[in-house]
Amino acid sequence: MQDFVQLWVYLSATPLFGLTATLGLYVAAQAVYQRLDHAPWANPVLWTVLALAVLLTATGTPYPTYFSGAQFIHFLLGPAVVALAWPLWQRRAQLRQRGWALLAAATAGGLAAAGSAVAIGGALGLPVDVLRSLAPKSVTAPVAMGIAEQLGGIPALAAALAVLTGLVGAISGKYLFNALGITSPAVRGFALGTASHGIGAARAMQVNPDAGAYAGLALGLQVVLASLLMPLVGAWLLR
Amino acid sequence: MTMLQGLSILLLCQSAGEAAARLLHLPLPGPVLGMLGLAAALAWPRLRAPVGSAADALLAHLSLLFVPVGVGVMTHMALISQYGARMLLALVLSTWVGLAVTALVLRALLPRPPGAPTPPGTPALPA
Repeated sequence: MQDFVQLWVYLSATPLFGLTATLGLYVAAQAVYQRLDHAPWANPVLWTVLALAVLLTATGTPYPTYFSGAQFIHFLLGPAVVALAWPLWQRRAQLRQRGWALLAAATAGGLAAAGSAVAIGGALGLPVDVLRSLAPKSVTAPVAMGIAEQLGGIPALAAALAVLTGLVGAISGKYLFNALGITSPAVRGFALGTASHGIGAARAMQVNPDAGAYAGLALGLQVVLASLLMPLVGAWLLR
Repeated sequence: MTMLQGLSILLLCQSAGEAAARLLHLPLPGPVLGMLGLAAALAWPRLRAPVGSAADALLAHLSLLFVPVGVGVMTHMALISQYGARMLLALVLSTWVGLAVTALVLRALLPRPPGAPTPPGTPALPA
C-alpha cells in the first residue's frame, strides 16, 4: 500500500498523468458518443472535461500539474489553426462563387454573437473585464485568448468561455436549426463554425461531410474576421 | 512520413506567422497569419499531399484539443460562483443569436440553397 501511494505521488506529478488521463478519457467518451449515435448531449468534450474535473478534485491534483502533461495536446491548437488553410483551399471554388454571401453571413453572425454577448452581459451587470473576456467567445480558444488580451480581458477566462460557447452550439444547434426551419447542411455547418468555432465544427464534421466542410470554412473565416474586427469594434463597444 | 512532412510544414507556417506578427506588429495572431500563408502556398502542388494528410488528422480530432482549456474552467471557480448564472445566460443567448443570424443571413443570400428546396415538414438533417 505504501509503495502504491509513493508510485501515485510520483506518477501524478509527471506530465504522463495529465496526458494519459486526457487522452484515455477522451477516447472513452468518444466511444460512448459513437455508441449513442452522436446524441448532442453526449458531446465527448463536455464529458471528458467533467470527468477530468472530478478526477483532479478527487485526487487533489492542482490544475498546473495537470496542465504540465495536457499542454502537449493544447499546443496542437496552433498547428490546427494553420491546418484550416486546407479545408479553405479545398473549397476555393465555392469561396470564389459564394464568397460575398459567406463573408456577409460570417461578419453578421460574428458581430451579432459578440455584440449580443456584451449587451446581455452588460444588462445583467457583469464587470467590464468579464465582458471583455466574453466578447471573443465565438472564436476558437487560442485566438479568443489573444483577442481578450488585446481588449484587456482575462485570457484564461476567455478560453474557458470559448469552450463553453462551442459546447452550447454543438449541443443545442440541431434543435435551434430545426425550430428555424433551416435544413441545408451547408448553412447549418457554416452557422456552427461561425458561432461555436472548433467544437461546433467538429460536431458538424461528425454528422455530415458537407456541413463539416462549410463549418471548417466558417471557422477559418471567423478567425481572420474576428482578429481584424474585434479589437476595433470591441475597443469602441467596451470603452 | 507524408504526415510528418505535413506537420513540419504546418509548424513552419506557424513559426513564420509568429515571426511576422511580432516583427511587423500585425494585429493578427501568428497561427492565423500562418494559415493565410499556407492557403497561398497551397498553389504549389507538391505541398498538397503532405499538408492534406496532416490537416485531416489534426482536424478530425479538433475537439480533443479543447479539453485542457476546458478543464481550466475549474481555476475560475471564484468568478464562476459569483457571476456563473449570468455569464452562462449571456453565453447561451448570444450563441443562439450568432447561430440564427449566420444561418438566416446565409440562407437569404445564397441564390439557390445548396440542397434542393425542401418542403416544410420533411425530416431535417442532423447537424
